[in-house]
Amino acid sequence: MAEAILELKELSTHFFTDSGEIPAVDQVSFTVHKGEVVGVVGESGSGKSVTSLSILQLIPKPPGKIVNGSIFYKDENLAKASEKRMKKIRGNEISMIFQEPMTSLNPVFTIGNQMREAIRIHQKVSKQTATEKAIHMLKVVGIPRAEDIVNEYPHQLSGGMRQRVMIAMAMSSEPSLLIADEPTTALDVTIQAQILDLMKKINKEEQTSILLITHDLGVVADICDRVVVMYSGQVVEQGTTREILKDPKHPYTQGLIRSLPKLHGKEKKLYSIPGTVARPRKDHIGCRFAPRCEFAFERCFKENPQIYNLGEGRESRCFLHSKQEGERLKDVTTNT
Amino acid sequence: MSQPILEVKGLKKYFPIQGGVFGKTVGEVKAVDDVSFHVREGEILGIVGESGCGKSTTGKSILRLIEPTEGEVKFEGKDITKFSSEDMRKLRRDMQIIFQDPYASLNPRHTVEKIVGEPLLVHGMKSKSERKKRVRQLLEIVGLSSYHASRYPHQFSGGQRQRIGIARALANHPKLIICDEPVSALDVSVQSQILNLMEELRDEFQLTYIFIAHDLSVVKHISDRVGVMYLGRMVELAEKDALYEEPKHPYTKALLSAVPEPDPDIVKERVILEGDVPSPANPPTGCAFHTRCPFAMDICSQVRPEFGPVDDQHFVACHLYNDK
Repeated sequence: MAEAILELKELSTHFFTDSGEIPAVDQVSFTVHKGEVVGVVGESGSGKSVTSLSILQLIPKPPGKIVNGSIFYKDENLAKASEKRMKKIRGNEISMIFQEPMTSLNPVFTIGNQMREAIRIHQKVSKQTATEKAIHMLKVVGIPRAEDIVNEYPHQLSGGMRQRVMIAMAMSSEPSLLIADEPTTALDVTIQAQILDLMKKINKEEQTSILLITHDLGVVADICDRVVVMYSGQVVEQGTTREILKDPKHPYTQGLIRSLPKLHGKEKKLYSIPGTVARPRKDHIGCRFAPRCEFAFERCFKENPQIYNLGEGRESRCFLHSKQEGERLKDVTTNT
Repeated sequence: MSQPILEVKGLKKYFPIQGGVFGKTVGEVKAVDDVSFHVREGEILGIVGESGCGKSTTGKSILRLIEPTEGEVKFEGKDITKFSSEDMRKLRRDMQIIFQDPYASLNPRHTVEKIVGEPLLVHGMKSKSERKKRVRQLLEIVGLSSYHASRYPHQFSGGQRQRIGIARALANHPKLIICDEPVSALDVSVQSQILNLMEELRDEFQLTYIFIAHDLSVVKHISDRVGVMYLGRMVELAEKDALYEEPKHPYTKALLSAVPEPDPDIVKERVILEGDVPSPANPPTGCAFHTRCPFAMDICSQVRPEFGPVDDQHFVACHLYNDK
């Protein structure tokens, strides 16, 4: 396997609010290798966005704080890095694109102006060269009339175009890792298909690793090599995309996949997970999914399950995998 | 086959664009441009399309929450576009709506009892104790508990709020409910609960739904027939299996091929559409889709295709099929 670009080890980010300490990200560990596309999936409140913001130290502090764990980017622990060092890394080594292409561009500056700024922060080039580079990048991401677009303002572009501009800006300093936080959620499906194709192309041609944060398992199937599933601040399962979608091991992942309506084929009634997504709480005892889990037994409400290694990077946080409960697991997998 | 409960003929909604110092009308946004369809009693008609295609405006025009510019909306045989506002108010007992955003469509300063009880009061249930009883009954129908009646909307999760919205719509035993993106603000695991609830309610109370959404898989799951809209026009309408398995219109084909599916074994031949949806203020001449259509012919930019049948119950607006 290729070398690791990013390695999270037991990362915990907590928020200290008036109503108490909230463990939004709790002991999260995963690795992104060179040239790999890793998806982090979860529902709202699962901690997937906080994880991505923690990597670049973009958590508003206070109230947020990385309380534990390390974030290794090419042998350097970003959790301990100074703000000065982080400024060098952000946008240069690790770039990020966000969900809202409408709000992440400044409305009062032209596209060219904003792109030049991003380029000149990290590269010592003249204004002229920066403009040329900006036009080149816009062409790379498939924007027509790039020479005119650099002189236009964000409101003159459509949502899909703005997201392309964001990608062009993020890619302008050839980062080794691109973090994309719900990059296509605000877009229509036909535009989403265009953006996903563009991200695939960047991944293939530039060998840029991508960490994709999403709630859409369809997007994951389309673009990701490996998947990390999060629930209530914790990683509950990880493995290759095929393993996760075809043979999910954790009851939450199983339930999530079964509750998706299918585009093809017939189904009578949709499966649904009872209850609602649990908010992470400091004083939570037991498995966070237990109250909604159809396989939950006594132990699940008393102890927090550890992560069980199921071999070859396959992990699942569920007591069903422990030896004593092995028989039960067999029943589960044959039943589903 | 059951009777059509609703017939929409040539529905148009043009919004004026005002400009200049005196606010003169300088143009029109053709949000809904000549849409016709019917809904049979007891069926679920899905309407899909991308943002700005006019699907929500269609839904609201049917209820006259937005006054249609032109066209006919017949509910149980009566043209309701001619109704007075008082007649319309009475009619809204039979026609209800569920909105997308359960956070914005419930008054944060009213208790659930007041929110769900209001339509009862408006339609003549004067006795407070009677209303109280009905509200509690409604809450249980939608899977909440009667003690929830005294709470405020912020005390509920998104899925529960959508249940309150459904309870409010059900209050006066409606016949038709227009559901405008009812599950798109919800998480996947909660979305399936609401979809199941809506199906159960349909069977229990013989409801008819018009289900408006942008998510093709959700619409497929719940609908009996599906209509696809593009730039204010209905481009295809058919039984759901016919539409999803054998789409006719090039736009429907592209739309279906663009949906990413959570199955690594499905290898799709993607039809990637070039460019963006044109502005409805200045739609292309002829067929609105011809600027992005991979099969566009000369005629497409000149003549607007008729919305006609290609098969029994399968309607398409495309020159590839209509000029045989």
